[in-house]
Amino acid sequence: MDARKALIIKGLNAYYGKAQVLCDLSLKVHPGEKVAILGRNGMGKTTLLKAVFGIGGVKRQGQIVYGEKDCQSLPPHGVARQRIGYVPQGWRLFQALTVEEHLVMAYKKADGPEEWTPERVLATFPEIGRRRKISGTKLSGGEQQILAIGRALVTNPDLLLMDEPSEGVSTMVLDRIAEICGQLAEQGKSILLVEQNLDLALRIADRVYILVNGSIVHSAASSAFKDDKEKQRAYLGI
Amino acid sequence: MIYISTFLNGLTIAGYLFLMALGLNLSFGLMNIVNMSHGTMYLAGGFIGWTVLSKTGSWFLGLLMAGASMGVFAFVEDLLFLRRARGNMTMETLITLSISIIGADLIVGIFSGRTRQVKIPKLLQGAFPVGDFYFPKYNLFIILFAVFFGIIFWFVLKKTKIGMIIRAGVDDQEIVSTLGFDIKLLFSAIFTLSGILAGIAGMIGGTFQNLVSGQDSSVMVYTLLIVIIGGMGSFEGAIFGSLIIGMAFTFGSLLAPQFSQFFLFAPVAIVLVFSPRGIFGKGR
Repeated sequence: MDARKALIIKGLNAYYGKAQVLCDLSLKVHPGEKVAILGRNGMGKTTLLKAVFGIGGVKRQGQIVYGEKDCQSLPPHGVARQRIGYVPQGWRLFQALTVEEHLVMAYKKADGPEEWTPERVLATFPEIGRRRKISGTKLSGGEQQILAIGRALVTNPDLLLMDEPSEGVSTMVLDRIAEICGQLAEQGKSILLVEQNLDLALRIADRVYILVNGSIVHSAASSAFKDDKEKQRAYLGI
Repeated sequence: MIYISTFLNGLTIAGYLFLMALGLNLSFGLMNIVNMSHGTMYLAGGFIGWTVLSKTGSWFLGLLMAGASMGVFAFVEDLLFLRRARGNMTMETLITLSISIIGADLIVGIFSGRTRQVKIPKLLQGAFPVGDFYFPKYNLFIILFAVFFGIIFWFVLKKTKIGMIIRAGVDDQEIVSTLGFDIKLLFSAIFTLSGILAGIAGMIGGTFQNLVSGQDSSVMVYTLLIVIIGGMGSFEGAIFGSLIIGMAFTFGSLLAPQFSQFFLFAPVAIVLVFSPRGIFGKGR
């Protein structure tokens, strides 16, 4: 299995009906790279990830290429089958499925010792492992976030898109999320994260893009952006 | 004793309505389509089964062909029409409604408007004593057939990966597609399956009650009532809804025939007041 694929987005415009949300947006996630998109609420972060899959009624123009494949010519399941995983905002777990069923249902076999199986996810996250027989939506907010991440992990993605994983979770869980992202990167997997939580984004990502009103206005190495208080204040109001 | 026989008759009606409700409920829950042509598939399936029976003499071949033909019909309906309107609920409902109206006329045109009696197969003729009355073997067959299908469906829905995907799809089809599952294919499969079930129910119900033109709409109404009572997309709901409607139908006709329609609709009104999404319905 070739995990050495880059995600290249070029000149992307995205619309909900006639309302334009993303404007001439370009970015790149190199193989094995961890990239964060930072921006305040309503800047188009979630739309960007939805545009990659073509879900949520987003209309797209421009280029979204993963490896050799043009994502816009693929249906959502076709994009997922390129080994792109997705952790949606608000988790969107299935009420009718137990914790364990979420993982069994989503599981896609992969070769190699780093494969994420349902059992491995349940063992890695004992808090959901202990509650494997209850409905996924009955978990606490933090646990639902973990399950949503677990559900994406068992698809064994080469590129993981995560939408605000810090939402509603404790600092301890944030540590674990950062740790898992580190592990994935060591295995050569790429991550594209959209976040409001600057701390988490800087801990996970190698590089950050700043999204303002649907356009990328700045990009920098995480280490550089961490010290650039002026830009943080200007773009994120921190 | 009359109550026991009425109860058993209620179970029988619940049996074939359950087959109808299961299909309608799955397509309703998963695809968000109120398939108004479901009743047409019932009656058309029944007439096709009757035709095969009269040509070949085999009731079971008739049953098979009723299911198969309506499976193909549903598949084509989805492929040619519904796929083009996916997500537009008004358009989808109008398409199925149009097909039901055209279908009802076609059934009269092809099979004539006469009532057809479907002969019970030899194997299932006769009755056996229950206390001081006789219960037809065929009625027991309907009940067992529905239980058999119920168990198979329960197993597939609750215990297999495909069942998990279907249940997840009822909750959030978009996320299911981002996990790599072809939701269009799943829709086609479920819609085809619901057609097969409607065709089978048509042959079974038609043998129980004769085939009458106009039955497509009455059966459609009963099936809709079941889905409303039980809750959209719920397997348990299809079981309970069928039982309630089956019993309301038979006991209503026994106790106060002039109010039989009232007995059918009263449970629906009560359920809607206390649980607008049906007894087992989920929020969406």
